[in-house]
Amino acid sequence: MASEPQGGLTEYIQHHLTHDVITLGGGGFHLDSWIVAAALGLVFVLWFGLYARRATSGVPGKGQAFVEIVLEFVDGQVKDVFHGNRSFIAPLALTIFMWVFFMNTMDLIPLDLIGSAVKGVAGEQVAHNTHFRLVPTADVNTTFAMSISVFFLIIFYSIKAKGGWGFTKELFTAPFHAHGIVAKTLLAPFNFFLNLVEYLSKPVSLAMRLFGNMYAGELVFMLISGLMMSWATFVPGVLVNAGWAIFHILIIGLQAFIFMVLTVVYLAMAHEHH
Amino acid sequence: MELVTQIAQVQAFTAIALGLIIGLGAIGACIGIGIMGSKFLEAAARQPELVPLLQGRMFLLAGLIDAAFLIGVALAMFFAIANPLLSKLHG
Repeated sequence: MASEPQGGLTEYIQHHLTHDVITLGGGGFHLDSWIVAAALGLVFVLWFGLYARRATSGVPGKGQAFVEIVLEFVDGQVKDVFHGNRSFIAPLALTIFMWVFFMNTMDLIPLDLIGSAVKGVAGEQVAHNTHFRLVPTADVNTTFAMSISVFFLIIFYSIKAKGGWGFTKELFTAPFHAHGIVAKTLLAPFNFFLNLVEYLSKPVSLAMRLFGNMYAGELVFMLISGLMMSWATFVPGVLVNAGWAIFHILIIGLQAFIFMVLTVVYLAMAHEHH
Repeated sequence: MELVTQIAQVQAFTAIALGLIIGLGAIGACIGIGIMGSKFLEAAARQPELVPLLQGRMFLLAGLIDAAFLIGVALAMFFAIANPLLSKLHG
């Protein structure tokens, strides 16, 4: 931050909004988002992989039943939207759903838990200089990384479904169709421009939706914690935090679900011919 | 102009902008949710057997409608707490 922290609430929130940045290849790299996201991805893979390996066709245990419920829920959603071979799309949707859900859930971990731990171990001065943001999806880099990956998948599936020539042709001839060479060339720039906007708006809206929701949620937690820091407001602070957390559970699940469904919808659209 | 006056001016305009961002966004989101909710209830009253199917889609759309508003709120709160326009003034 360029400005000097003015102390109090502003400083508290600015401190919590600062990422743990390391310099990597000339640019800043948000180490905290990366570590948390990678760790949660591993947790998901190990957890679901373990139950997939140990799956029995007999009476399932509680763990296997839970994994099966999640799997069938996601597979059902994909089946509704995407018609065709979903041997890749359904696992992709499951990964996106569970991963985003895990990353969003980090919002529910108390804000100052890590800060207090650092303070307890290494002292006040170290804690003041340590920045660690726990929610990877409240970092615009994480959400854009995911949505740009989805964007490349859209391009890949468009080319796979229509062929390189068909894809290029569609860029210039849809959505306005015309007959005759003159009308076609006349409409080509407009079609191309509209398609460009359509394609580029997909990753941007996908990333900004998730980021905006999680960032706003995180900021409200920070505001509550920052405003109710004293011992006198400890009990109301806990109550207000709990209230917002309960409401936030809805947003956490909903945003993970929306990210998954929209990814599948976009991939299904990529398979459509105009 | 004095620095204090400039800061006050930036803060005043930012405050007005925050009110506009959150207020107008809330109007839009509320109208959207209201229309969708009323249609959902109508549809549920007409064909109760479709409720499970419609409910999932309603929540999906509720998230989509809320999203633009929440992005606005996030932006507004960012400006309220760490105003980048103000820090530019400090140099």
